[in-house]
Amino acid sequence: MEEIKTIDAANLEVFSEVLQSLAATDRDIIVVTSDSRGSGKLVPFGQKYPDQIVEVGIAEQNLVGVATGLASMGKKAFAVSPACFLTARALEQIKNDVAYSDNPVKLIGISAGVSYGALGTTHHSLHDYAVLRAINNITIVAPADNFETAEAIKQAAEMQSPIYLRFGKKTMPANLNSEATDFKIGKGRVIQEGNDLTFIATGEAVLPCVEATKLLEKEHNISCKIISLHTIKPLDTELLLATAANGKPVITVEEHSINGGLGEAVASLLFQNGCTNKFKIVGLPDDHTVSGSQIEIFNHYGISAEGLKNTALNTIKL
Amino acid sequence: MHIENLKRKSIESRKKILKYIYNAKAGHTGGSLSILDILNVLYNDVMNVSPENFSSNTRDRFIQSKGHCVEALYVVLADKGFFPEEDLLTMCQYNSPYIGHPTKAIHGIEQNTGGLGHGLPICAGAALAAKKDNSGVKVFTILGDGEMAEGSNWEAMMFAAHYKLDNLCAILDYNKLQITAPNEDVMGLEPIDQKLESFGWAVKHVDGHNLEELSQTLNNLPLENGKPTFIIAHTTKGKGISYMENVLKWHHGVPSKEQYDLAIEELDLQLQELETVSK
Repeated sequence: MEEIKTIDAANLEVFSEVLQSLAATDRDIIVVTSDSRGSGKLVPFGQKYPDQIVEVGIAEQNLVGVATGLASMGKKAFAVSPACFLTARALEQIKNDVAYSDNPVKLIGISAGVSYGALGTTHHSLHDYAVLRAINNITIVAPADNFETAEAIKQAAEMQSPIYLRFGKKTMPANLNSEATDFKIGKGRVIQEGNDLTFIATGEAVLPCVEATKLLEKEHNISCKIISLHTIKPLDTELLLATAANGKPVITVEEHSINGGLGEAVASLLFQNGCTNKFKIVGLPDDHTVSGSQIEIFNHYGISAEGLKNTALNTIKL
Repeated sequence: MHIENLKRKSIESRKKILKYIYNAKAGHTGGSLSILDILNVLYNDVMNVSPENFSSNTRDRFIQSKGHCVEALYVVLADKGFFPEEDLLTMCQYNSPYIGHPTKAIHGIEQNTGGLGHGLPICAGAALAAKKDNSGVKVFTILGDGEMAEGSNWEAMMFAAHYKLDNLCAILDYNKLQITAPNEDVMGLEPIDQKLESFGWAVKHVDGHNLEELSQTLNNLPLENGKPTFIIAHTTKGKGISYMENVLKWHHGVPSKEQYDLAIEELDLQLQELETVSK
């Protein structure tokens, strides 16, 4: 396989590139889109492999049903649709046809979280971790950089069980730590070691943690560990419990409702294992989401270098 | 299979459906009796599927969209030798794999169904895969008439016509009664043939209890090259048992001892009549 470019790019571009590379030697790779090949950056894929892309039109239930049928016949079906529609409109198909029936469909939620910014709540997916976490037999992954994205897609293609990959829209860093080259779905990735506090984040919420960590170190001499917990389910319990064993504060950060997402998953694990670390969940509150671009929404709710720095300082003081 | 044998199988299968529903004290009696003849013809006269070839990717596929009538499917699969029939004595009991809807845990069942409006989209995807592989695999589903109100069916119908899936055959179990009332009172379906045709499907009305007609039709698909097939099978809910036919309460009614004995008596009489005619 060709080497994937390690430049800054939107993870959808990486997605398209990796899929083209896989499709070159694997006729069973089939991409299914719901009028989403443009927003999914899949136009080049469709031009190169017209027999391996299936358009279903704006019909998400059918998208997942058709992908299930393809998967049941041995195809490696990637169902691509905006995360907001895929995980709400087609939730029953995900629950019954994919997860319960154990068909290895690869569900690709694009422009997830608040990527669509000012388009508003209809286009936001702040519920997807929560609803999918409550469904048996589905892996949930949100990569934090292009390296994780490429690896996740390659591993997903070979998975024999259902998986949901959550991608954003904006340009992502090529690699948050080029020395952390071990990527495995289900295992968290340590982006940085540190002694005073741990950030556990997922997807596009990891980068603000990296930026906040720099401020905390420079301005307050606080050293933070950062875990990219790209796999929200199943949780890497070993890494999380080993990390919490230092007794230092833990802050989780996610582009998702604070209800039912990464934070509550980690809290549940730690609390039930006797951990008493100071703990804070950062995400979108249970409220109407403020209007604005993705970055403005992030800043508003403190998913930013400055916001997370302040949350860290306050959490240490708890 | 010879038509007399199919007829015998249908009556014997009705006896078994009632036996296991009576034993389980649960089941969708009316609908299972309604779809039984279609299943009998599909599995014993049309589809290339058996316990021996079930792991082969070139077997034909059947996915039962109206999953709640699983008792009929269980009985037909047991008769085909997919599993011992006596397993059905555990149906719907604690820790039994034989639950009240189709499940892949049972040998011979392709997909877990039960939520309505799920079968046709999956079948459409499977039919497309078969086309891409040029495998000659045919894909069948049975839908309920009440189920036709689910929007996902119509999404899949647009899709199947767009991709010219003439290896796909959907069969409507049109017994005209759903759980609340007649379809036309709950949510009118008519003119269903025109609706289906306007979605680009080739459509045919058949008597869903006429085994010759079912066999003749389902063995000569597609109805039209380049179009998916929709068979509107006119059926009777509770077919074969006089006091159940077209009576709403048998949607998921379970017979009492007396009712069960009476039903078996009626079916035994039908078997005797069949023997007399064939002699």
